[in-house]
Amino acid sequence: MLTISDLTKIYRTGDKALSNVSLTFPKGQVVGLIGPSGAGKSTLIRCINRLVEPTSGSISLSGTELSTLGKRALRRERRRIGMIFQEYALVERLTVMENVLSGRLGYVSFWQSFSRRFPGSDIQRAYRLLDRVGLIDHANKRADALSGGQRQRVGIARALSQEPELLLVDEPTASLDPKTSRQIMRLLTEVCSERDLPAIVNIHDVPLAQQFMQRIIGLRSGRVVFDGTPDQLTEEALTAIYGAEDWTAMRKDTEADRAAEAESFSRLAAITA
Amino acid sequence: MTGYPTTWRRPPQMVTDRGWRIALYLGVMVYLLIGLGSVEVNWTRIAEGGERGLRFISGFLQPDFSSRWKDISNGLIESLTITLTSTVVGIAISIPIGIGAARNIAPAWVYYICRGIIAVSRALQEVIIAIFLVAMFGFGPFAGFLTLSFATIGFISKLLAEDIEDIDEAQAEAVRATGAGWWQLVNYAIQPQVTPRLIGLSLYRLDINFRESAVIGIVGAGGIGSTLNTAIDRYEYDSAGAILLIIIAIVMVAEYSSSYLRKFLQ
Repeated sequence: MLTISDLTKIYRTGDKALSNVSLTFPKGQVVGLIGPSGAGKSTLIRCINRLVEPTSGSISLSGTELSTLGKRALRRERRRIGMIFQEYALVERLTVMENVLSGRLGYVSFWQSFSRRFPGSDIQRAYRLLDRVGLIDHANKRADALSGGQRQRVGIARALSQEPELLLVDEPTASLDPKTSRQIMRLLTEVCSERDLPAIVNIHDVPLAQQFMQRIIGLRSGRVVFDGTPDQLTEEALTAIYGAEDWTAMRKDTEADRAAEAESFSRLAAITA
Repeated sequence: MTGYPTTWRRPPQMVTDRGWRIALYLGVMVYLLIGLGSVEVNWTRIAEGGERGLRFISGFLQPDFSSRWKDISNGLIESLTITLTSTVVGIAISIPIGIGAARNIAPAWVYYICRGIIAVSRALQEVIIAIFLVAMFGFGPFAGFLTLSFATIGFISKLLAEDIEDIDEAQAEAVRATGAGWWQLVNYAIQPQVTPRLIGLSLYRLDINFRESAVIGIVGAGGIGSTLNTAIDRYEYDSAGAILLIIIAIVMVAEYSSSYLRKFLQ
């Protein structure tokens, strides 16, 4: 279980990205974090594994206080937190296998990782995870030889190879097409429920969030303005998160997207019929 | 479609004021004229030199590879040895310094030390270092080897450090998020991103070092440059021509093979 209390982050430029955020994430819950860009979504999840240093407040993962850890202890705790990134953030020139195994870096010595001689159990786990995400035949390919959806699957396998107790997911579908986005979201929610793994997912696509998340948190300029189930995410709630104008514009965009997609589907059906 | 102009000229980007622009052009012209007027030309010396130059050129046209071949081949072997050893040693020392000089991964005090080493190495031109080292270690290839190793450090470290500072931070962030230590971060996130360019730079430096080995030989640091210097001192322009042709040929071979290798590596 992850408990965040009174978390505040002020950047060196003076921008207040988060102000007094308090949240609790129980085991097994997949939570969507929505909000306009600049609302502090990315800062919030990066404060948890301290890729961004919080200014004040406390973050505790099943009893361990993360915000005050020293360097070495922080590295040990980061092993328990898997992270999945927006543009996949795979090391492009390494093989798929090396990328998945890099999830074990916190567990092995430098020489083991340098010589690529990981323990047998790690290699077995890596193969199992690659099989789970459907990429076992691509293990020896270089990461930059894969398509966007495949790369994000490798990203998921890398995060899971840490055997994490928490997943942080930063805009997993931002650079994917709508169909691949849904496949990735489905895979993500499946692996979480298989492992009873809690996940915090930054997501800008509201319909996608409503479809896949168990709980949704709305952030606006660094404050929590909504916290509830997808059903409770009404027009008013969305207006509170995005502001009146932006939300109406976004909804129109989504409707236009849907219409375009439906049209292309029916056209495709007409061609294949 | 009427009413809009049919011509367009690019507006001046640097000096926007027309008056200043004209003044600037006039200033440049006046400076050029005064400068040309102040050049002293000794025409009789040029006439003499022209004759000597012609002998040099005729030496080129009939290069003599055979009569001094033993000196030439010894000089060549010495030069190639200096080139290869200094490149290898220089790069081996450059890699840790380059990593230390990258602001995004090195602590501040290491950064300033490594940048200092690079600055010293780059501030001194090869010939000056060679003169100094020849005075210290005596004539011969050892001084040449030390000179080129030292020069290689400044070159490779600086470019490697800049390449490391330009990496895709997202990849490094992802590796850091797994709980990786500093060495693992360098090995997994940085090394794959900078290796192809490092190999390309090393090949480039190899061919610079060969050319430089010919130059520093003239000040006594051994190699083909010493042979060339001796040949010119003895007015053996045909042998000098042969040496220069060999240098050109080797540089061309190095150029083509390194560009081929770099293409292959990407």
